[in-house]
Amino acid sequence: MTTHATTQDAHGHPALQHHFENMEQQREAGTLGMWVFLVTEIMFFGGMFLAYTLYRNQYPAAFASASNHLDITLGAVNTAVLIVSSFTMALAVYFTQTGKLRPQVLCLGLTLVLGLTFLGIKAVEYHDKYEDHLIPGRLIPWNPFNPGVQEEGQPVDHHKLHLLSGKTVKHPIDATVKNVEMFYWIYFAMTGMHALHMIIGAGLLMYLLIFSLRGRFDPEYHSPVEVIGLYWHFVDIVWIFLFPLLYLLGRHYLHG
Amino acid sequence: MSEHIVPVRIYFAIFAALLVGTALTVVAAFFDFPWRLNTVVALTIATVKATLVVLYFMHVRYSTRLVWVIIASALFWMAILFALTLSDYFTRGWLSTQTG
Repeated sequence: MTTHATTQDAHGHPALQHHFENMEQQREAGTLGMWVFLVTEIMFFGGMFLAYTLYRNQYPAAFASASNHLDITLGAVNTAVLIVSSFTMALAVYFTQTGKLRPQVLCLGLTLVLGLTFLGIKAVEYHDKYEDHLIPGRLIPWNPFNPGVQEEGQPVDHHKLHLLSGKTVKHPIDATVKNVEMFYWIYFAMTGMHALHMIIGAGLLMYLLIFSLRGRFDPEYHSPVEVIGLYWHFVDIVWIFLFPLLYLLGRHYLHG
Repeated sequence: MSEHIVPVRIYFAIFAALLVGTALTVVAAFFDFPWRLNTVVALTIATVKATLVVLYFMHVRYSTRLVWVIIASALFWMAILFALTLSDYFTRGWLSTQTG
């Protein structure tokens, strides 16, 4: 609540919509609306995290085996890439709030480049899974789901699945290739939906970048930067949970 | 109530904490914790990281009470989703052992 309308409020900022009292009310309404949208997103991803929990509980050895086949280095690098992009996004909001145009453009550009880097690394990972016949389903052209399984005593082949034996896992019988396929259904559903959100986020960042270059955003009016920032951070948070749950579960079995 | 601008040094501190958390979670995954606590450790680190992002990068610490209510409602409904579904799935074995 403002008790004194500022000079600018009296004349009206060009971005102020007629149904808002002032810029501050408009900004808070926008932020609130974005949070309501993010709640629906939380519930959307929550359903997939629930499916993950149920099937991991049902097939623990298959999930650990399949998880150990994911590339932990690429996963960790991508986690770092997303954290840096969240940081540059936060800085972009800061520089918009403080009215520094050049750092604002620079940070938005960096965030976009880092987001695209993430998607590029993700594409490399997907392609590796394609080559190893690990994309679930029978309809994948030339490479339907049919992974090779490492035999006991054979030289280590990283393109084959290493099914865990009874020594470390309670129910060795569930580590069949069929149940490994369930892990990959969930892996592709979750990382695929996350990647789709990243693609949408990259599109939104391009929009921000274009209007930022035209000097559209200033300390009075920066809701688009703030609100798209919230979305970007949310997508980062989803990955913060996906990375340990998909890439790191069961990693210790290989070294115990 | 005017807008709170988070100082840059806080952004740097959170950024560093997030990178440390990522390194920690990778290192922890290679250790065999007793009582199968690996998942608990991984989820604890992830939750701390997510909380830092929400509070500082997403400015929730400085946001209105209404934003807090909206986030709390999301967590509340997530808790319902998990609690009711898992109480079904995780108790199914109880019945089958009784009936053989």
